[in-house]
Amino acid sequence: MGKPMKIRASAKDGVTEVKVLISHDMETGQRKDANGAVIPALFITEMSATHNGKTVLSGEFGTAISKNPYLAFKFKGGAAGDKVAVSWKDNKGDSRTDEVAIG
Amino acid sequence: MNNQRRNVLKSGSGAAILGALAAAGIIKPGVALADWNKAAFEAKSMADTLKALGTEKPAESKDVQVTGPDIAENGAVVPVGVVSTLPNTTMVAILIEKNPNALAASFMLPAGTEANVQTRVKMGQTSNIYALVKADGKFYIATKEIKVTLGGCGG
Repeated sequence: MGKPMKIRASAKDGVTEVKVLISHDMETGQRKDANGAVIPALFITEMSATHNGKTVLSGEFGTAISKNPYLAFKFKGGAAGDKVAVSWKDNKGDSRTDEVAIG
Repeated sequence: MNNQRRNVLKSGSGAAILGALAAAGIIKPGVALADWNKAAFEAKSMADTLKALGTEKPAESKDVQVTGPDIAENGAVVPVGVVSTLPNTTMVAILIEKNPNALAASFMLPAGTEANVQTRVKMGQTSNIYALVKADGKFYIATKEIKVTLGGCGG
């Protein structure tokens, strides 16, 4: 399991804005360490977000997404107290899901 | 009787079920998520990437916008976003022409989710950023050049 994500969801005028900060190295597999050995790739390949269990976004990432990926998106609906959950999975099979209530 | 499971089965179809299952923790999210599009993410050139995503020549559109800085000081963290005002936008993808693999990310947008996604990407060098959008089954593209003063792919 990776480290906890930071998720902020706020509803305004019928639209919920979600901001996610995932804690992940996002190693590209193209960098070398001090000894010249290639650091193996380790990056998030898939993510999804749900609102009260219904998928509102699903994404696929490549290695070009920055370390500790940031993501912001909006969906219609959502009220204070509703649950927003975000999941990710990386290329080594690690995964994590975090959930917040809309504030 | 597992009531939670009953509710999940009643709640919808396809992706909705998978999402609900993942959220309820019944199955691992990794299992529920769709297959990663390996061909598209490992394609080296823009043309190959577009082909892997299912289009040959997307139409340029003014209704699609790439947001981001004109000059990025740090190529490792470049904030970019895609905004589309086309109705029924179901997919957005971010492509960086001069990166080793052009495709940075793609997102599927179910109905109700706005075509307005922001993230941060790595850029090896100054390059055009493309936003590929699928709306009503057709592909559209928009571009913006971002100058990078310090590359994000060095050791």
